[in-house]
Amino acid sequence: MKIALKLAYRNLLGAGLRTWLNVIVLSFSFVIIIWMKGIIIGWDYQAKTDMTNWEIGGGQYWHENYDPFDPFTFAESHGTIPEPLKKEIALGETEPTLIVSGHIYPQGRMIPITLVGINPEQKILKLPTHMLDTQITTIPAIIGLSSSRNFKLGKGDNVSIRWRDVNGMFDATEILITDVFNCNVPSVENGKIFMPLKKLQEMVVMENEATIFTFKNEKTEREAIEGWTLKTKEDLTKSVDDLIKTKNAGQSVLYAVLLFLAMLAIFDTQVLSIFRRQKEIGTYVALGYTRREVVVLFTVEGAMYSILAAITSAIYGIPFLIWQANVGWTMPIDSSEFGMAIAQTLYPVYSAGLIITTVVIIVIVTTVVSYWPAKKIAKMNPTEALRGKIQ
Amino acid sequence: MENTSIIQTKELVKKFPIGKSFFTALNGINLSFDKGEFAGLIGPSGSGKTTLLNIIGSLDTPTSGDVTVLGHSVGKLSAKQAARLRKEQFGFIFQSYNLLAVHNVYENVEFPLLLLKYNANERKKMIMDALSWVGLTDKIKSKPPQLSGGECQRVAIARAMVKRPSLVLADEPTANLDAVNSHNILQTMLKLNEELKTTFLFATHDEKVINYLKRKIYLLDGKVDKDVIK
Repeated sequence: MKIALKLAYRNLLGAGLRTWLNVIVLSFSFVIIIWMKGIIIGWDYQAKTDMTNWEIGGGQYWHENYDPFDPFTFAESHGTIPEPLKKEIALGETEPTLIVSGHIYPQGRMIPITLVGINPEQKILKLPTHMLDTQITTIPAIIGLSSSRNFKLGKGDNVSIRWRDVNGMFDATEILITDVFNCNVPSVENGKIFMPLKKLQEMVVMENEATIFTFKNEKTEREAIEGWTLKTKEDLTKSVDDLIKTKNAGQSVLYAVLLFLAMLAIFDTQVLSIFRRQKEIGTYVALGYTRREVVVLFTVEGAMYSILAAITSAIYGIPFLIWQANVGWTMPIDSSEFGMAIAQTLYPVYSAGLIITTVVIIVIVTTVVSYWPAKKIAKMNPTEALRGKIQ
Repeated sequence: MENTSIIQTKELVKKFPIGKSFFTALNGINLSFDKGEFAGLIGPSGSGKTTLLNIIGSLDTPTSGDVTVLGHSVGKLSAKQAARLRKEQFGFIFQSYNLLAVHNVYENVEFPLLLLKYNANERKKMIMDALSWVGLTDKIKSKPPQLSGGECQRVAIARAMVKRPSLVLADEPTANLDAVNSHNILQTMLKLNEELKTTFLFATHDEKVINYLKRKIYLLDGKVDKDVIK
């Protein structure tokens, strides 16, 4: 083995540019596989982060009747702000939200919507609610980009809305779209119109009432409040966690495909190299190498390629991956066109496990795909190998 | 009387399959070579000289008959035993040199010694000795592509001789060389044969080589046609 290591090292260094080309190509595989996997993991993390920033904060209390998937519950999903939360609300550490059903009439069409009343001065969620803090005669409202497209409404447009108050009386008014925001959490904006909380409370005659309370910080323990259900951040992100688990299977397939492509490149290179080096193999055998030793030599060479590639990857890959983790990867086209929840800029997330696993797998795969053709070619007749006659 | 024969072939036959039939490359060869001979197998292409050289060198096995080299029956050796015999006792010189292209001259000559597990100091001394025999001590850092054909073949001779083998098998060693280089190479080999008492066995049809041989075995259609001792 010592001789094989020495010879393999000499062969690699002696081959000069050919070695470095192989090493660089293989190192690309390392970096690209880690980067792509990092992007996918980052996407998952981002889904949770965005959900936290745009929708759930550090957790919520829901009115006991509230079911976000059943708009018919909205009429019964409101209650007076509980006493224990008033201090937190005053400090800006909890924000009340009122949710009611309504309709919008853009270009004469009637579309059911959800009216969301929110404090324009809130700092917990990323929503640009400061755009609701304006002195105009009509009611200011903000909508998300996909709603803007669905309703064909833009910033500065007026539109009629209709709702039922707490007594079941219909009423209607005009609202002014003061901002259109871009958010990659579909449940935040789809079919929703945000307006000042006080105004919505007046409209539906639900003074001092709310449907949801969103916390700024995630507390380990919160007291039970009658009529309200505590939803911890863990409860609220469970759907995303479940989705990530489901996606893991798909991601593993992608990871395997990338590894397979890297393996194919290495295999191709090794097969080409080994068949090109028939005479050399014949010479090794003539000078006293056994077939097993030839196989070991070529396998060690293959493994050394991957180790050299790992070192090369570390030299340029680590700064690249760190830089990407900081600046992220901004997609060249508008991500909102995809029709799925994906941020315009994705920030890759790498774990030690990901890097170590990838390096170990590639080294093993390289060794295996080097062993395979070496074993096949070592079986050839040495007299024919010496003349380079095998096709 | 001491038996100095190091190679003996008895009714050696070698057949190669061609489609459904066989081509007989060697047909009943009976030969014996003594230690220190400078002999050659001479004949046109297809006469069986390279096949015989390969069998003697344990790179191939006979179809029938027996070949005994340095007391080992080639046909009965396992692959591992044959490799060991080549490693310890044989030196090979090929028509197209078969140097390791990415290794320099020093490393090429060092290869057989690495296999024999000599230590670094011993290796260095033996390599420098071998390179001085062939007059290439000033080219140790050069790689084969940087050398002329004659220099490459001298490196191949140094590689074959560095471990001081019992037997050197040279297959058309001058085929790619001009007259001047051929004579230089052959004089070097003759000198080593005389000084180190190494047995040289050539396969050739080159007149330049034939003139240097002390024993000429003419092969024709896989049989010994003439065996001439100078």
